[in-house]
Amino acid sequence: MIMRDAIAGLLSAVKEEYVVCANGFISRDAFNAKDRPRNFYMLGSMGQASSIGLGLAVADPRKKVVVLDGDGNLLMNLGILAMIAKISPKNLVHVVLDNECYDSTGGQPTISSSIDLAEAARGCGIKNVMKAGGAADITAAFRECLAKEGPVFLLAKVGRDPSGKVPRVDIAPPQIAERFKKA
Amino acid sequence: MKAKELKESLEKSGYDFFTGVPCSLLGGIIRELGDGYIPSVREDTALGLAAGAYLGGRKPCVFMQNSGIGYSLNVLTSLNLIYDIPALLIISFRGFEGKDAPEHIIMGRHCVELMEAVGISSKVCGGTDIGAALAEADALVKDGKPCAIFIKEGAVS
Repeated sequence: MIMRDAIAGLLSAVKEEYVVCANGFISRDAFNAKDRPRNFYMLGSMGQASSIGLGLAVADPRKKVVVLDGDGNLLMNLGILAMIAKISPKNLVHVVLDNECYDSTGGQPTISSSIDLAEAARGCGIKNVMKAGGAADITAAFRECLAKEGPVFLLAKVGRDPSGKVPRVDIAPPQIAERFKKA
Repeated sequence: MKAKELKESLEKSGYDFFTGVPCSLLGGIIRELGDGYIPSVREDTALGLAAGAYLGGRKPCVFMQNSGIGYSLNVLTSLNLIYDIPALLIISFRGFEGKDAPEHIIMGRHCVELMEAVGISSKVCGGTDIGAALAEADALVKDGKPCAIFIKEGAVS
């Protein structure tokens, strides 16, 4: 399944959740699939979607927080897995859409084809770790994650977008932040 | 300024989310904050955490050594500054006037101008001037801007 379809499936399953989207095609795909005030589109600051999600989850435990992260993003901030495990927020679901490449810069490979990010999460001490993709339905796995006590880590193996063209998020950054904060 | 006094000033201004990466010069205040301080693995991660906390209705303060400015600049310029996400940065000033270990000299020489170059207001404090700098920084934070206070050696005990 290509990432765009996987993200559309994930967003069809969210209700009240706050969704922090990593930069690149993840934010763009989420914006194009289902824009909502409770989506935060990270445009720059690569690596930090998971940090933003963790900060939000700690700041307000009543909010259920979903991070839509990428393999390149997570590899840039791998230490966050240790922080998530240590802090262990019950309201955090960390999804990594792993297409094994930096898709928005032309599909240069990451190194996630040769390392198992789910094992990294488990190794850091995150108890609820799941994998999906291929024959294992990503949306179904995600629904299961939403029902579990966090922190939950879901590694979703996805394919590259063959079009290579995804429209950008056309909301000004201060508006993205303001409406997310108020939503 | 005593660490206890700094903690009280920060809390009085409404800061209620503390994270960062330590420096020996910030040891006292981090100890004072106790469980109220979340240790981050890197300074940019701390800024990301603080941004999330702000979006969740909190008022964040991030501690770091000035060496952490290097890691932080991308988050400051492509998250905080473009989204109007504020954060108070309390940064220890290593390498002040070139007197420090070799790894601190270059950043010590340029940290203030690096902040200025990207449009982040900062004040260098020696101790008694921290209160006034906090008040000034808080006005900018309320306006959605990240703002830095550099703490020289001995300024917070």
